[in-house]
Amino acid sequence: MANIYDLYKTMESNKVMLSFKGRVTSDLLMSVLQIMETKLVAEDESPKIRKKIYNVLVECLQNLYHHIDKDKEVKSEVIDEQSAIFMIAKDGTQYSIMTGNYMHNSDVDKLESKLKLINSMDKDELKQYYKTVLADGQRSDKGTAGLGMIDIARKSGQKLEYHFLPIDNDSTFFSLNVKIA
Amino acid sequence: MDNFVLEGSAKTPSVDFNADKGVLELRGRSIPENSIEFYKPLNEWIENYGKSPQGETVVDVRLEYFNTSSSKCILDLFKQLENLNGSGTNIKVNWYFEEDDEDMEEAGEDYQAIINLPFNMIEVEEI
Repeated sequence: MANIYDLYKTMESNKVMLSFKGRVTSDLLMSVLQIMETKLVAEDESPKIRKKIYNVLVECLQNLYHHIDKDKEVKSEVIDEQSAIFMIAKDGTQYSIMTGNYMHNSDVDKLESKLKLINSMDKDELKQYYKTVLADGQRSDKGTAGLGMIDIARKSGQKLEYHFLPIDNDSTFFSLNVKIA
Repeated sequence: MDNFVLEGSAKTPSVDFNADKGVLELRGRSIPENSIEFYKPLNEWIENYGKSPQGETVVDVRLEYFNTSSSKCILDLFKQLENLNGSGTNIKVNWYFEEDDEDMEEAGEDYQAIINLPFNMIEVEEI
C-alpha cells in the first residue's frame, strides 16, 4: 500500500491538477474537459488563458483518441498499447499538459521530423505553416488534418518538449509536454 | 427552401441557416472528434441554397473556439461560399471574436488570407 502514497507524493510535488491512465474514449474526453473548465474557473484564470488551455487540451486529448490504433490486436498481456496517460499540472502561473502513448516504430520518424520542424519555427513561420497545411486539402479518413501539433505549438507559444522511448520491435512510447503561461 | 436549424451541444455549434433572410450563422464551440460527419449536412444545405440564393448573403461566424478537425471543415464551407459568390449572390463574412482573444482573431485572419471573400473582423465583449 506504500505505493499509493509514493504515487500521491510524486503527483503532489509535480503539482498535478488532474491525471488519467487508461483508454481515451469520446465520453472520457468530454468529462475531462468539463472538469478542467470548472477547475480553471475556480483558479480564477482569465478567459484568455482558460481558452488557450482548453484548446490545447482538446487537441492533446483528441490526438490520444485518434492516434491509438483501435483495430490493432492486443498481442501482449503485459502492455496494453491502447492505453495512454495524461496529466495537467500547474506550477506557479505555468500550466503543463503532459501526454504519453504507445505508437508504431514505423511512425516515429515522421512525427519526430514534424516536431523538429515545428520547434525550429518562430511565431510567424508557424502561422504560415498552419495556413499551408490547412489550405492543401489533405485529410485522413479519421478527419484529422495534420494540424494538431502545429496548432498546439502556436497556442502554447513555447517549444514543445517530447521524448521517444523505444519499447520493443514494434512499439515506442511517445511523451509530450506542452507548456502554457 | 427549408431553413436549417440545429441546437448547439457540448461539442458542436448551433446552426441557423436562414434561406429567406440569406443569413447563415454558426455559434458556440466546434470540437467534435470527427467533424466531417457534423459539417456534411451544412455543405449540402449550402449547395441547395446556391441554386436560388438571396441577392445578399451574410455569414455570421460566432465561434468561441474550434478544434483542428473542424478548421478544415470550416475552410471547406468558406470554399463552397467562395464559389457561390458573384453568381446570383454577394457574400460577406462577419468573423466575431471576444476581446483579447488573439487566437480566434488570428484564426479569422488565416481564413481571410486563404479565402477570396470580404471578411469583417468584429470584436465583441462576449460571444
